[in-house]
Amino acid sequence: MSSPTAPTSTAAPGGLVLDDVHKAFGTKEVLRGIDLDVAPHEVVCLIGPSGCGKSTLLRCVDLLDRIDAGRILLDGTEISGRRVDVNAVRRRIGMVFQGYNLFPHLTCLDNVTLGARKAHGIPRRAAEETAMGLLVRFGLDDKAAAYPDQLSGGQQQRAAIVRALVTDPEMLLLDEITSALDPELVGEVLHVIRDLADGGMTMVLATHEMGFARDVASRVAFLHQGRVLEYGPPEQVLADPSQPRTREFLARVIDAGRL
Amino acid sequence: MTDDPGPSGGIGSPPSLVRPRSWSDSLRDFFAEEGATGTLVAVGSTVVVFVLLAWAVASSPNWPTIQGQFFNGEVIADSWPVVLRGFWVDVQMFLVAQVAILLLALLLAVMRSLRGPAFAPLRVLAILYIDFWRGIPLILAIALLGFGIPALDLPGVPNSQFFWGTSTLVLSYSAYTAEVYRAGIDSVPESQRASARSLGLSQWQSLRHAILPQAIRNVVPALLNGLVSLQKDVALVSVLGVREALREAEIITARTFNYSPYVVATILFLALSVPMVRYVDYYTARERARRSNVVT
Repeated sequence: MSSPTAPTSTAAPGGLVLDDVHKAFGTKEVLRGIDLDVAPHEVVCLIGPSGCGKSTLLRCVDLLDRIDAGRILLDGTEISGRRVDVNAVRRRIGMVFQGYNLFPHLTCLDNVTLGARKAHGIPRRAAEETAMGLLVRFGLDDKAAAYPDQLSGGQQQRAAIVRALVTDPEMLLLDEITSALDPELVGEVLHVIRDLADGGMTMVLATHEMGFARDVASRVAFLHQGRVLEYGPPEQVLADPSQPRTREFLARVIDAGRL
Repeated sequence: MTDDPGPSGGIGSPPSLVRPRSWSDSLRDFFAEEGATGTLVAVGSTVVVFVLLAWAVASSPNWPTIQGQFFNGEVIADSWPVVLRGFWVDVQMFLVAQVAILLLALLLAVMRSLRGPAFAPLRVLAILYIDFWRGIPLILAIALLGFGIPALDLPGVPNSQFFWGTSTLVLSYSAYTAEVYRAGIDSVPESQRASARSLGLSQWQSLRHAILPQAIRNVVPALLNGLVSLQKDVALVSVLGVREALREAEIITARTFNYSPYVVATILFLALSVPMVRYVDYYTARERARRSNVVT
C-alpha cells in the first residue's frame, strides 16, 4: 500500500487515533477537541445525549465531513490531511448509517456488491460469491434478488452491514444503526454486531442501546458537547462513572428504562 | 308521530342522521351512479353537450364564412399531401433534436452538480450556458443562428437551415432540460450520496451508479412534458424558410387566401401531441400507483 503521507508513529500501532479533532458547521462547534484511540479488534461504543457529536465524529473518520483542526490516524497513517486519497481511505473503512441508505433502484445483491465491483474493481462473479456467503451468514440469502422496499427494516439494516463488510474493511463505523428500527427488529441487528465483535472486527459504534454497549463494548466513550468526557471499560463508565455529567446522562437513560 | 325518531322526536332523543330524500337527491344519485349505468350517463351526457355545441356553432349566421375559410374541402384536399410532407420534416427535426437534447442536458446537469474546487470551471461553464440559452427567446435564437451563421458562409460549416434550426432547438431546450435533470439530482437525499461515497466510490461513480438512476426516474414525467413542448416548437424553424408543415401551409395560404391549410397543420400536430400528452398522464399515474404500493 502506498501511504498518502509519511507514516506517523503513534502510541497505538494499528487501529484508529483521533488527536484533538475539531469540527464546526458554520458557527456551531460540534467537535471541540476529541481525543480517542481504538485498538485493533476493539469495540468502542460512543454514548451521549443527542447533538453531542457522535455522528459527526463517525462521519469525520470516514472523511464524509472534513475536520477543521487536529489529526485522524488510521493504522498509523494520517488520513485527515488535504492530500489524502479519500476514496482509498473509505475503501478500508466500512460505514453503516441509521437510515440504512440502501440504493432503492438496486437489488439487495447489487447493493451489497456495488462498492466491491466499482470501487475495488472486483469482478462481478467474485464479488457476488463473497456477498452470497455473507448473506447466507446473516440470513438474507433468500432476499438477494429483492429490492430494499421489499425488505423489513431489520433486513435492510443487515443488508447495509453486509454491504459494508463485503470488501473486508479494517474497521466498521456504525452510526446509531438500530435507532430507526421497530423495537422487535433491534435484536436481529444487534445479534449481527455481536457476531462480528466475537470475530474480532474493529468497530466504533454510536448507540443509545446501553445494555448492548455494556455487553459488547471493550470500551465506552461518553461524549458531551463535542468532547470525550469519560473513556474506559463499560463496567466503569456505565456502572461507576467518575464524571457528574456521565452520571446525570445515565440516570436519565435509566429513568427511560433503557439500561 | 311520537314513535318517529326523526328531528321531531321527543326531548332527549338524538336528532336523526337521515334527511328525507328530495327529487334533487334522486337526480344527484343518478349522475353519481357508477358501473354500467355510470358509463352510459357519462357517454350520453358528453354526446348531448357536444351535439348542442356543434349545433350552436353551425347555426350561427357566420358559419358559412368560417367554414369556407377554415374547412374548405377542396383546399384541404389540395394542401393535405404538401403539408403532410412538411410535417414529416417537423417529425425528423423532433426525433433528432430530442435525442441530442436528452444527452446534452444530462451532461450539463452533471457538470453543474460536480462538487469541489477542481470542477469549478465546468460548473461555471454549465451555469453560463444555461443562463444564456434560457435567457433569450427561442425564436430570436433561431433567427440569430439560422440566418446568421449561414450568412457567414464559413468553409466547412454547414449552412443548411434545417441543420441550424434543429441545432438551435437543441441548444435552447438542453438548457431547460438540464435544469429538469438537476431538480432530479437534488431530489435524491444527501444520505444516498454519503452512503455511495462511504463505499469508496468516486464522485463520478456515485453519480453514475447511485444518484442518477434515482434522479432520472424522479423526473421522467417532466422530461416527457418537455418533449411534448418541443414537438410543437419545431414549427418555429419555419421562420428560416425550412419547408416544414407550418411553412408549407403559409405558402399555400399566401396563394389561395384560404386558411384551411393551417387547419390541416393543426390537425397533424394534434395527432402527434395528444397521444404523447395522454401517455405522459398514463405514465405519471402508473408511477404514482407503483410508489404508493411500495410504502407498507
